[in-house]
Amino acid sequence: MYQYDQYDQAMVDARVEEFRDQCQRRIEGKLTEDQFKPLRLMNGLYLQLHAYMLRVAIPYGTLSGRQMRALAGIADKFDRKYGHFTTRQNIQYNWIKLEDAGDILADLAKVEMHAIQTSGNCIRNISSDHFAGAAADEVADPRPYAELLRQWSSFHPEFSYLPRKFKFAVIASETDRAAMRLHDIGIQILKNDAGELGAAFYVGGGMGRTPMIAPCIRQFVPLDQLITYSEACLRVYNRYGRRDNKYKARIKILVHELGAEEYTRQVEAEFAHLLEQGIEPPLAELARIRTYFEDPAFDVGAADEIDRSDPDFAVWVDRNTHPHKQAGYVSAVISLKPVGGIPGDATADQMRLMAELAEDYSFDECRVIHTQNIVLPHVRKADLFAVWQKLEAAGLGTPNLDQVGDIIACPGLDYCSLANARSIPVAQRISERFAANGKGDTLGELKLKISGCINACGHHHAGHIGILGVDKKGVENYQLLLGGSEAEDTSLGKITGPGFSEEGIVDAVETAADVYLAQRQDGERFLDTYRRIGMEPFKEALYG
Amino acid sequence: MAEPLRFRDDAAASDPAVTVDAFVEQTNALAVRIEPGDDARKLLPFLDRLRLVEVNFPAFGDGRGYSAARILRETGYTGELRAVGDVLVDQLAYLKRCGFDAFDPDQPLDAGDVETALGRFPEVYQPTTDGRPPIWNIRHGKSHG
Amino acid sequence: MKILTGNDLKTGAVTWWNGNGWSLFVDDAADAGEDAEAIIAREEAARRVNAPYAIDAERTEKGVRPAHIKDRIRGLGPTVRPDLTLKPEDPQAVREVI
Repeated sequence: MYQYDQYDQAMVDARVEEFRDQCQRRIEGKLTEDQFKPLRLMNGLYLQLHAYMLRVAIPYGTLSGRQMRALAGIADKFDRKYGHFTTRQNIQYNWIKLEDAGDILADLAKVEMHAIQTSGNCIRNISSDHFAGAAADEVADPRPYAELLRQWSSFHPEFSYLPRKFKFAVIASETDRAAMRLHDIGIQILKNDAGELGAAFYVGGGMGRTPMIAPCIRQFVPLDQLITYSEACLRVYNRYGRRDNKYKARIKILVHELGAEEYTRQVEAEFAHLLEQGIEPPLAELARIRTYFEDPAFDVGAADEIDRSDPDFAVWVDRNTHPHKQAGYVSAVISLKPVGGIPGDATADQMRLMAELAEDYSFDECRVIHTQNIVLPHVRKADLFAVWQKLEAAGLGTPNLDQVGDIIACPGLDYCSLANARSIPVAQRISERFAANGKGDTLGELKLKISGCINACGHHHAGHIGILGVDKKGVENYQLLLGGSEAEDTSLGKITGPGFSEEGIVDAVETAADVYLAQRQDGERFLDTYRRIGMEPFKEALYG
Repeated sequence: MAEPLRFRDDAAASDPAVTVDAFVEQTNALAVRIEPGDDARKLLPFLDRLRLVEVNFPAFGDGRGYSAARILRETGYTGELRAVGDVLVDQLAYLKRCGFDAFDPDQPLDAGDVETALGRFPEVYQPTTDGRPPIWNIRHGKSHG
Repeated sequence: MKILTGNDLKTGAVTWWNGNGWSLFVDDAADAGEDAEAIIAREEAARRVNAPYAIDAERTEKGVRPAHIKDRIRGLGPTVRPDLTLKPEDPQAVREVI
C-alpha cells in the first residue's frame, strides 16, 4: 500500500500545526464559530448531537495493521473505546473534545493518517473498490489513480470553497462495488480498443434530496490527462454550480440543469485551455505510486482447497469470502453487523484484533467497505479456518455479507444533528426479526439501507430495500423504498406509499420479503424479482 | 482604513474599480471589480490596459473568485489582482496560490498571523501560475512548475 | 417554557442554561422566557457556550421535557447505547425520551 515520503509527511505535519493553531484561536475567541466552522470541518471536526465528532480519512478504504491499531488507540485515549466505520470508507469518533483535536491529529500523523477532506465544501476523501488489487475481474488496481487524485485534491487552492462537497469514486472493473455512478465524479479505469489504459468519466451522480445517476461525459481520458480533465470538471462546477440554495448546489443539479451535453461542452472547452497550462503530473509519478500497489509475495503453491467440515465455517466461507485473482487465496469480509448490533461500530479491542489478523494473514492490509464492513484482502485458503475462529470469538464472524442482516445504517438521530429519525434501532430490530424467524437464511442477496434523513448517508435510494426516516410532527416515521441498486446496474428505489411507525417498518420489510419469497423464480435475487413483477404486488401486500 | 497588504513592487493602483459590465462598455477605465457571478473571461480582450482587478468575496465561503483569479493569470494578466471583502487569514495562502498579489479585506489582517499562514506549508501538491513546483515534479527532479 | 441549550466550547458536551450558568443536566434547565435571545448573545460572546439555541419544553413531575425528540435525545445520550447515556442505571430512561 502507499507510504508517505518526506513531502507527504511534511504536508500532514504542517496541517496538524495549522489546525492546532486554529483550535487555539477559537478557544481564545479570535475566531467566531462562523469563521471556525469551515476550518474545523476541513479537518473532519463536526459538532454533533452530543459532542464534537471527528471523521478520519481512510483514503480508498485501505489500512495497514499499524494504522488500524492507531485508530483503536484513539478510541481508547480520546473517545469511548469504539469507533464507527462509515459509508465513505472512513471512521468517525462520537465523543471528541475540541481541546484534544490537535493531539489526535498528531497521533494520526504518526501513522500517515489525517482528517483532511472528510468534511467541508471541498473534494472529499477518494473512495474505491474494496477488493482492489485482489479481485479477479479488474483491469488494473484502481488505487494508484485514487492516490494520484488524493494528492492533487489535497489542499487544492482553487477548489476548497466549492458550492458543496464533492465526492470521487474510482473503480477498475465492470462490476461496480463502489457505487461509482452515485458520486459527483465516478471514474472507471478501463482499456480502449488499442489496449491502453484510460478513464471513463461519469459526472453528476449522487443521492441526497435529488438522487441522480451520473451520465458518462467522456468514454476515455488518457492517463496522462487524468488530472487536467478532473480540474476542468471541477472548474466548471466551481464557477457555475448553484450557490443560492444548499440543496441545489451539488454538481448533479448543474449537470441536470445545463444538460449533460452542455456541461460536457463547457468542460471540454476548459480542458483545452488547461491542457496548455501544463498542470498534469509526470507519468513517472503514476509509475512511482504504482510501485506501492504491486502484488504482495503470494504463496504460489498455496492449497486451493478449503476444509469445509465445520458447517458454521462453511456457511461463513460461502457468504463472506470473495474470489481472488491468486489461486489459493480469497478476500475475507469481517462483518460489523452482528444480529442486533450497531452497523459499522467496532470496539477498540475489535480493531486491534482486525489489525492483528491483517498483519498475520493478509500481508498487513485491510480495507473498509462502504457497506461498513472490513475486508482482509489476501487470505490464504489454508488460513481461513484460523481467521474465522478468531473472528467468531470476538463477535466478528457473522456470516451475512450482502444478506438482509448486512444493513447499512447512518448514525441517525442517535448521534447526528441533521437526522430526523433514528436509523440504528430500525436496523437492529430488522436484523433481530430475520434472525429469529429464520427467513434471513432463505433470502439470499438482499441489500437493505437505512437513512435517518433525506441527505441519504445510509444510501437508502440504492438499497434493494431502502428505508428513509422522516419527522412527522415530532414523531419518527419511516418510508419504504424498493428497487434501488448501487452496482453496475445502478437504479434508484421507489417509495412504496405512506410511511410506517418504528414497529410498522419492521413488519413492512418482512412483508416485502414474503412477497419476494412467494414470487421468486429460479435464482432470482430480491431485486430481480422486483424488477420483473414491479411495485404492485408489494403495494398490495403492504397496504392491501 | 488600513493599507492593502501587497506582494508587488509597483505603486498601488488607486483607480476606482468599475463593474465588469461597465468596464466592457467604457473602454477608458483601468480598474475593474469582479463579483462572484461575473465571467472573468469577459476581460480577456482588455488585459493589456488593466492595472487593477479587484475580486470581491462577499462571503469567504463563496469560492468563485479563486477560479476567476486563476483564469486571469493563466491568460496572461500581470497587473494587480486584489482580493477584497470577507477575506480571512485562513484563506490567504490559497488566494495567493491562485494569483492574488494584494489583499484589502473588510477586517484588517494581523501581520504575524499573515506570516504564519503563508509560511505554513513547506510544499504544494498542485501547480498553479505562482511558479511553485508541485511535489510530483520535485520527486522527479523537475524543480519548476 | 422556553429553555436554552448548546454545547460546551472546549468539550462539546451538551449543556442547558440553568439561570446562572450551563448545566449538563436538562432537568436543571431554567425558563429563559423573554430573555432567551439576550442570554444567547451574551453567553456565546463570552464563549461559555457554543451554538446555543432556544427550544420549547415543559416541566413535568419527572423533570424538564424538551418538546422535540431530538433535544430529548441530546438531554440523555444515544438511545442505542444506554451505557453511554447520563442515566446508565435507568433502563426506562431511553424509552421515556422517544
